[in-house]
Amino acid sequence: MKAIQKNKKKWDSFKLFLYILPFLILVLIFSYYPLYGWIYAFFDYKPPKPFSWDDFVGLKWFYSLVETDVKINQLLQVLKNTFAMSAITLGTSWLPMIFAVFLNELKCVRFRKFVQTVTTLPNFISWVLVYSVAFSLFNSTGMMNTLLASLGIISPDEPILFLQSSDHVWLTQWLWLTWKNLGWASIMYIAAISGIDNEMYEAARVDGATRMKMIWYITLPSLLPTFFVLLMINIANFLNNGMEQYYVFQNAFNKEYIQVLDLYVYNTAMGAGSYSVSVAISMLKSIVSLVLLFFANGASKLIRGESFL
Amino acid sequence: MASTKAKKSKIHERTPGDILMSVICYIVFSLCALVCIYPFYYIFINAISANDLSARGVILFWPQGVHFQNFISALQIDGLAQSAYISIMRTVIGTFCTVSASAFLGFMFTQNKMWHRKIWYRMVVATMYFNAGIIPWYLTMRNLGLTNNFWGYILPAIVSPFFIILTKTFVESVPKELQEAAEIDGAGILKIFFRIMLPVIKPIMATVAIFSAVNQWNAFQDTLLLVTDKKLYPLQFILYQYLNQASSLAGQSNSGSGTGSLAGLATSQTPTSIRMTITIIVVIPIMLVYPIFQRYFVKGIMIGAVKG
Repeated sequence: MKAIQKNKKKWDSFKLFLYILPFLILVLIFSYYPLYGWIYAFFDYKPPKPFSWDDFVGLKWFYSLVETDVKINQLLQVLKNTFAMSAITLGTSWLPMIFAVFLNELKCVRFRKFVQTVTTLPNFISWVLVYSVAFSLFNSTGMMNTLLASLGIISPDEPILFLQSSDHVWLTQWLWLTWKNLGWASIMYIAAISGIDNEMYEAARVDGATRMKMIWYITLPSLLPTFFVLLMINIANFLNNGMEQYYVFQNAFNKEYIQVLDLYVYNTAMGAGSYSVSVAISMLKSIVSLVLLFFANGASKLIRGESFL
Repeated sequence: MASTKAKKSKIHERTPGDILMSVICYIVFSLCALVCIYPFYYIFINAISANDLSARGVILFWPQGVHFQNFISALQIDGLAQSAYISIMRTVIGTFCTVSASAFLGFMFTQNKMWHRKIWYRMVVATMYFNAGIIPWYLTMRNLGLTNNFWGYILPAIVSPFFIILTKTFVESVPKELQEAAEIDGAGILKIFFRIMLPVIKPIMATVAIFSAVNQWNAFQDTLLLVTDKKLYPLQFILYQYLNQASSLAGQSNSGSGTGSLAGLATSQTPTSIRMTITIIVVIPIMLVYPIFQRYFVKGIMIGAVKG
C-alpha cells in the first residue's frame, strides 16, 4: 500500500516535469545546441559545402587573427573601440543615479512624472528608429544644419556631415546610448529612493541639514548597493556592447572607430564571408566574458556578501 | 504631527542654496525632457508638412502646408503594407506565445514537488549569461529550416529566462494556501494554473506582455541575420533600408541641395517624406501603448530589481 502511494507520488512529480519538457527542449535547441557551432572555429568551413571532418584545421583561424601586421592592427583597433566605448559607459554609470536623485528633488509631482515619462520613452524605440531620428536631425538638410546655417555659423552650401564623420565617434555613440537609456536606467534608482525610510530625512531636517547634505549623507549611501550591483553587471558585460546600435550607425566613413567586437564578428562573417574566423573571435569573446562575469560575481560576494548570479 | 512639522520646515527653512538648487534642477530637467521629445515632434511636423519644404529642411518648429497625403501614399509603397502586416503578426503571435510560456513556466518552477526542479530552473536561467554567438545561432536556425520562415521570429523568443524570473517571483508572493486549498478539493495542476493562478498573476503578465511586444515590434537583428525574403521583412527593416539608401546618398553628395531638387509638388513623395512618414508609422504604436503601460514597466523592473 505504501509502495503504491510512493509510486504515485513519484509519478506525480515526474508528470510535473513532463509539462515543462517541451519548453526545456526549446531551450536546448535555441540556447544550448548552438554552442556546438563553436567547432566551426577549428574547421575550414565554407557555407554551401557540407560539413566534413577532413577540413579540420586545428588552431589555424586563431593564429590567422594575429598573422600579419594588418590583421593585428585591425584587431587592436576593434579592441580599442570596444574598450573605449565600454569604459566611457562604465565611467559614467553613476549618471542614472544622479539623475534619479535630483529628479526626486523636484517638488512638483506632475512635472516630475512628466520628465520621467518623457525621458523613458527613447528606451522603447529600436536602434533603427534612433538612427532615423539621428539622421533626420543631423543629415545635410536636417534640423542641426538648418539651424546652424540660419544662425550664420556655417554656410548653407557646406553642411556639416555629422553622421558621415570619423571624428568623436566614441563620444557621439555614447551620447546616443545615453539618450536612449538614461531615463530607463534611472527607474531602478527611483524605486530604490522610494524605499528609503522617511524618518531619516525628518531627523536630518530637525538637525538643520540642507538638501545637499541630505542627498550626500542619506540618499546616496542608500543607493550605493543598487549602484554596486549594476556596476558589476556592467563589468560582466564589458565586451558585450551588442551590435545593433553600431550596425545601424556604421558607414564607410566612421567604420574604423565604430567597429566593436560584436559588430566585427558580424562583419567578418557576413561581409567578408569568413564564418570560421568569426566563430573563433566570438568564442574568445565569450570565454573572456564568462571570466569577467565570475570575477564580477566574486567581487560582489566579497564586498556585499551576496552574489547576483 | 510629524507630517505637519515636515511641511512647516519645508516652507520656512529653505536656504538660498536650496532654492538655487531647485531652479537648476527645473532647468536641467526641462532640457532633458526637451531633448527627448523634440526629435519626435520634429519628425512628426516634417511628415505632415509640404514635402518640398521638408526636403529642404526648413521645417523646424511648426508644420507648414499641412497635409496627410504622405500617410495615404505610404500604403501604396511597394511592400510596406505587407511589412506592416508582418510586424503586427509577429508582435501579436510572439507576445501571446511568450506571455503564455512565461506564466506557465513561472508557475511550474514554484512547484517544489517537481522532479529535479532546481536543475531545470538553473538550466533555463543560465542561458541569460552566455550565448554561442551569431554565426552558430544562424547555422542552427538554418539547419532547423527557420531562415526565411515566419516562425524564426517566434520560436526562439518563447522561453525567456528574464520573464520567467519575473513571473516566478510574482507567483512566490501569492499565498501558498490558495493552491493548497484547491489541491484538497482535488484540482489538478493544470486546473490550478488556469482557474486559480492566471487571474491572480494578471499584473505581471501585463508587464511581460508589454516588454515582449516592444521587443517583437522593435526587433531588427533577427531579420538581418535570417531573412532574405522581402515578404517577411518587418517595418523596422524596411525603414532601415530607406535610411541606408539615404545615408549613402548623403555621403556621396557634398551639399544638401541634391535632395532638394528631387522635390516637386508639395505632396509628391521625396526620400525625406517617405523616411519621416515610415518613422512616424513605426513610432506611433509605441507612443500609444507607452503611457498606458508605464506603471507596469516600473512594477516589472522593481520586481526584477528585488531578484537582481
